[in-house]
Amino acid sequence: MRTLYKFHGGVHPPGNKTPSTQQPISAAPLPAKLIVPFRQHAGEAAKPVVQVGDHVLKGQLIGEPVGFVSSAVHAPTSGTITVIDMQPVAHPSGLPDLCATLIPDGKDEWFLREASDYRTLPAEELRHRLRMAGIVGLGGAVFPSDIKLRPLRNHPNKEIGTLILNGAECEPWITCDDMLMRERAAGIVQGAEMLRSMLEAKEVLIGIEDNKPEAIAAMHRAVADGGLPFEVVTVPTVYPGGGAKQLIRVLTGLEVPSGKLPTDIGVQCFNVATVYSAWRAIAHGEPLVSRVVTVTGNVRRPGNYEALIGTPLSELIALGEPLPDTDSHIMGGPMMGMPLPSTSVPLVKASNCIIAAAKKLFPAPPPALPCIRCTRCAQVCPAELQPMDLFWFAQSKNFGQAQAFSLFDCIECGACSYVCPSHIPLVQYFRFAKSEIRMREQDKLAADRARERHEYREFRIEREKREKAERLAAKEKAAQAAKPVEPPAVAINPDATPETTAQMKIQAAIEHAKEQAAAIKPKNTENLSAEQLAEIAEIEARRARMREMAKSDVEPPKE
Amino acid sequence: MAAFFSPFISKPDTVAQIMFRVMLALLPGIALYVWYFGPAILVSIALASITALATEAAMLKLRDRPVAPFLKDNSALLTGWLLALSIPPLAPWWLIVVGTAFCIVVAKHLYGGLGNNPFNPAMIGFAVLIVSFPVPMTHWLTPHGLGQIELSFLEQLRYIFIGSLPPGVTLDAITMATPLDTLKTHLHLDEPVKQIFDMPIYGRLAGQGSEMVSWGFLAGGLYLIAARIISWHIPVAYLGALFATAGLFHLADPAHYVTPLFHWFSGAAMLGAFFILTDPVTGPTTNKGKLIFAAGAGLLTYLIRAFGGFPDGTAFATLLMNICVPLIVLYTQPKVFGKKSGGER
Repeated sequence: MRTLYKFHGGVHPPGNKTPSTQQPISAAPLPAKLIVPFRQHAGEAAKPVVQVGDHVLKGQLIGEPVGFVSSAVHAPTSGTITVIDMQPVAHPSGLPDLCATLIPDGKDEWFLREASDYRTLPAEELRHRLRMAGIVGLGGAVFPSDIKLRPLRNHPNKEIGTLILNGAECEPWITCDDMLMRERAAGIVQGAEMLRSMLEAKEVLIGIEDNKPEAIAAMHRAVADGGLPFEVVTVPTVYPGGGAKQLIRVLTGLEVPSGKLPTDIGVQCFNVATVYSAWRAIAHGEPLVSRVVTVTGNVRRPGNYEALIGTPLSELIALGEPLPDTDSHIMGGPMMGMPLPSTSVPLVKASNCIIAAAKKLFPAPPPALPCIRCTRCAQVCPAELQPMDLFWFAQSKNFGQAQAFSLFDCIECGACSYVCPSHIPLVQYFRFAKSEIRMREQDKLAADRARERHEYREFRIEREKREKAERLAAKEKAAQAAKPVEPPAVAINPDATPETTAQMKIQAAIEHAKEQAAAIKPKNTENLSAEQLAEIAEIEARRARMREMAKSDVEPPKE
Repeated sequence: MAAFFSPFISKPDTVAQIMFRVMLALLPGIALYVWYFGPAILVSIALASITALATEAAMLKLRDRPVAPFLKDNSALLTGWLLALSIPPLAPWWLIVVGTAFCIVVAKHLYGGLGNNPFNPAMIGFAVLIVSFPVPMTHWLTPHGLGQIELSFLEQLRYIFIGSLPPGVTLDAITMATPLDTLKTHLHLDEPVKQIFDMPIYGRLAGQGSEMVSWGFLAGGLYLIAARIISWHIPVAYLGALFATAGLFHLADPAHYVTPLFHWFSGAAMLGAFFILTDPVTGPTTNKGKLIFAAGAGLLTYLIRAFGGFPDGTAFATLLMNICVPLIVLYTQPKVFGKKSGGER
């Protein structure tokens, strides 16, 4: 038995997972229309490589990755691209994004599929293929997986190197990973061995919460069948035990240092569905064109569906047969998910669950009362923050103090809001404060750049003036010198022509400006990881709504 | 319609429920109070409750805040109850009314209402009363079986509301100084502790009757810990510090310093440990801070009792430590996840 460690806090919300695990995963029918966004991953959106009117095959590249943190997008089925335009998508901002509309031809005909044995391919090639197959983290972060698959070498503990498969699935209601592990354990385990070899990891741990005994049994069997030395570890069910840093702590006892990545301590963590997709991509040549999604909540037939990316969510919800009192929908789980602006938005790689909501299941919280500093939030905070203090700072817009109290270590799991007896939307305040701080730091950066530009311009004007004067003086001198017998060689060092001198001065000025800028750089936005950058983009988008909320006092509105 | 942002679910706990459970935990102590001292305390509690609700509603109205949700949070009621339990039950009706009104109006609402008051409102009320009206604040009832005369409930009511005693009965015949007060007075007369304790007002550990009420508060307090409404830190540190200080003095000079158990079961020690110092609004939020805060209060309580001008010290110790809370919290911030081992900064 492996010694398990604890992370601080956590909550035990009702799981509500049983209803959606009664039926095996079934294939969602081919919809009449697919809407495929070009931005389904963290980082840069994919660049369209098809045109309206093109006939495409299932799995054909329609958007290619642009830049380091990016991923590819593929046609989910065969058919015709009819429109490429801005469409509403499931994004907290509610802002539309570039999408390709595909009308299926009904044949579901595959593009060229190249099945390979990963053992015959160099790691660099594997990473490239995963990138071109659009493999991103399916746990919700949708971070491009290829970037996370560099060998675990640059960490102090070179001996170990641990690959962790995240099958915790701690959010209530969601069961897509559970069902995937029950039904497709072999693929997950083979994928894990592939990723292990790419990472050059010594051990593989598969963490699954103890509320999924069937999945645990299936994974045990698959590991035994594969004859692999992997360890399937049953971890206690506690939210947010599926958070990467929390799961790493539980399984290894290691604490990912604040602001660092798991790789810095020789650990890498992948969601089980991501591992499965990576395996399909290499071993079967199938890019990521579908995923398993849970449809549950206020529905008659909750279950899990293997659905094509781009399927309008309304069609998936209809499969669950929502009850008449359904009044809204949540994408993701009830702790960290987002309300859907409309059910016409398409399924994306990040969509792990769609919950039909009704008052009886998700009653509106009572009006917020003032904080009484009962510290329940601090008792449950997995980041070991003091949410009641952070709330105070965020509410009073004292952002400097909020940062000093480690606001950016908040993982926005919502445990604090969940337990607050005053029903204060704490995590929403933290999202607001974070985005405010990021915006201010960006503004500051822009101002710094503008000042740099201005200073350089001043310097350039000054230099040009001086150079002009020097040239004039030299000319005059030369003219005077020309009169007597022989003009002496111009007494200027050939290595220091006016041009090079000026260049050196420019260089010096730039260096100086850089030094100045470095000296006053804001603390928390240095070295943002790509994941954080993606997070910024997402959170930035929520700002408008939060601003509005922040305007109102915490105390309930006056009657 | 689900909320506009996650999480969409929450625990059903409310502030009202927390306050209600604390009041529930007071019941064993109150029951024993009634058993040993008669039902007059219930009159105080009723008066305090009415005053608390009335002043709370008035202040909410004045401050332009919604009345209903705040009135239902039970926090004003709890303040009233705690004050009622801290003052003599036979005190004239206006004493508890003035005290409670001061708690709610000044100590609570003038500082910003629920969640914003830096000082424990009930203890502010107590401090105001003991400083302003010292005489009625000494009219403690004699426990059953000790006084020469015992007033009936009706006669008690008459005294509380119109101040008239039955003919031939003097106030001295029905009231007495508290065990802590008596001890102090007699120690000043240079009587040894042993001799003082032979007086009939003393029971097994401390005062007759009052020690039993303390047991009641202890039981209620343990329930609060079991129900996770309070953490163990404050009661343990407070009672521990009180015990340790009293124990040291007692060991050094048992003739002049009473046992630590006497201090535990006298005055407001148990009430303070579990119900007053544990007020989340006016106490520290960090666990380490709670230990420091409560240990300081325990030490101060002992010092005031043994060397100060007042018989009991819990109220002033609480208020003095309330002042230190922001500083204590600032210096006891726990390390954040990821900044403990190998984390930068």
